[in-house]
Amino acid sequence: MREGQIRIPSGCAISGIIDKTGKRMSGEAIIKSISVMHDRSNGLGGGFAAYGIYPEYKDFYALHIFYENTGAKKSCEEFLERHFDIINLSKIPTRKVKGITDEPLIWRYFVTPFATKLADSQLDEREYMAKCVFRVNTRIQGAYVFSCGKNMGVFKAVGFPEDVGRFYRLEEYEGYCFTAHGRYPTNTPGWWGGAHPFALLDYSVVHNGEISSYDANRRAIEMYGYKCTLLTDTEVITYIIDYLHRKIGLKMEEIASVIAAPFWQTISRMEPEKQKYHEYLRNAFSAQLITGPFSIIVGFDGGIMALNDRLKLRSMVVGEKGDKVYIANEEAAIRIVEPDLDRVWAPSGGEPVIVLLNGGVNSGS
Amino acid sequence: MNISAENMDFKELNEMIKAAEGDVFISDCYGQRYIGSGLKDKVITIEGTPGNALGAYLDGAIIKVKGNVQDAVGDTMNEGKIIVYGNAGDALGYAMRGGCIYVKGDAGYRTGIHMKQYKDKKPVIVVGGKAGSFLGEYLAGGLIVVLGIGADDLPVGEFTGTGMHGGCIFIRTDKELTGLPAQVVVGIATKEDKEEMIPYLTEYCEIFGFDAEKLAADSFYVLRPNAKNPYKQLYTAN
Repeated sequence: MREGQIRIPSGCAISGIIDKTGKRMSGEAIIKSISVMHDRSNGLGGGFAAYGIYPEYKDFYALHIFYENTGAKKSCEEFLERHFDIINLSKIPTRKVKGITDEPLIWRYFVTPFATKLADSQLDEREYMAKCVFRVNTRIQGAYVFSCGKNMGVFKAVGFPEDVGRFYRLEEYEGYCFTAHGRYPTNTPGWWGGAHPFALLDYSVVHNGEISSYDANRRAIEMYGYKCTLLTDTEVITYIIDYLHRKIGLKMEEIASVIAAPFWQTISRMEPEKQKYHEYLRNAFSAQLITGPFSIIVGFDGGIMALNDRLKLRSMVVGEKGDKVYIANEEAAIRIVEPDLDRVWAPSGGEPVIVLLNGGVNSGS
Repeated sequence: MNISAENMDFKELNEMIKAAEGDVFISDCYGQRYIGSGLKDKVITIEGTPGNALGAYLDGAIIKVKGNVQDAVGDTMNEGKIIVYGNAGDALGYAMRGGCIYVKGDAGYRTGIHMKQYKDKKPVIVVGGKAGSFLGEYLAGGLIVVLGIGADDLPVGEFTGTGMHGGCIFIRTDKELTGLPAQVVVGIATKEDKEEMIPYLTEYCEIFGFDAEKLAADSFYVLRPNAKNPYKQLYTAN
């Protein structure tokens, strides 16, 4: 059984740590943080997104791929060789961990599109990448690309998140930003590819909640060429963010105002300028409004955004200490890593917290 | 009894608390849930960050927290006291039906959601700082006081009293309180109105070291449900 075959009507846990100066840290802290929220997940999925971990290959796309068998690997590699210059490939190092079983073959490729292929496609490089990834995931049976950004990577599995971290030897990686997810799947059965983070290019999403606008969002995003194959909320949220950021060019703040838009009633009480801004976004992108409970952390090249649904039906706490910013569902998951915080607060519903490298923290309070 | 709770599972911790003779002091608390749930006696003092549903179904015990608390503190609490020296998360006093919760700092969204009262059982929440949106949502009984100490703006968020049909909310502020639902009647609290909250305000001030008389003299809004069948024709033309 895998995602896409059945929808079972998520409690979950999310956590994120970023160093605003870009200084790299090991994956140890994020494992410690997410493990405090063990009881929020049920062992059917855990994962991490790590940014800044491949500086030696920072100009190449890092593909992380699950294969169900060697046949799938052969077909997929043939596809990759036709479309990309592969400059390095290897198995992703793992260790045996009790609680992580039935692992697929897990491989990593550092690639760059063939210049001629790219020119012939008349696509920009990132669109070319995205199209190739969709091709593999929908056409090559048994192969699944679960990470395809530059200088970042997703590591995920079926299991509790702390076990998943140990399985992937995450403590041996160094990055400037990590996000983590512990899963309690409610709509789908739980499969390696369906674990979070869900990622496309350098965008990754970890999500706690259960969106009620799933099908409206899915239908809308599929009109723009995205294919929702997993039936998970996280997949559709990632595509919405990719669409609004990469294709439409909205800023992260604007994206927050689209997906967690204020109520018309709230807008009617705003200053005229602000009112115009929100009215425009709500009208122009009404199909990208996400309703129902959620807290998400969006990772992207150079920063993260944390956001709650507008009614704040899921919890989220932000802590700051020096150059580091911590985000988690529960304050305890931050305190375990940094007991002595400079500042700790709970952002309001629909109020994004955006942390950029060397850009400080942007939040309403 | 002293317990260092670091790396301890919530079940083990709660069993130790229940088995302890006399008062309990917990240090290094990191997110263990349901601490003190259903307890009748004992005083539990906690250092660190206790997990969700602290003091759920509390039935007479006293819990003191030297730090912040997370979500759903005092969930369906029946009797006793929870004293928080820091801030509280969302859904504080969720469906509470008796006892008192005193928070020195701020509280999150949905404080006092669906509290209720019956005969001598009357739950009370006092928040020293600000409270988030949906304060007193579906409030059916009991008393909520928001003191707004140190707040420059209105100390409550949006949608206060949504679905309120019982109980009473006091908000200390000199700012204008707008956007309330039609089912809520709001006014400036008179001396007689304030009498209802004075005993709790006094106890709060004794615990955290504020001047009760001075605070009580300030301007408070008092919110009560509209007694004239407030939800008539809300859903059907009855």
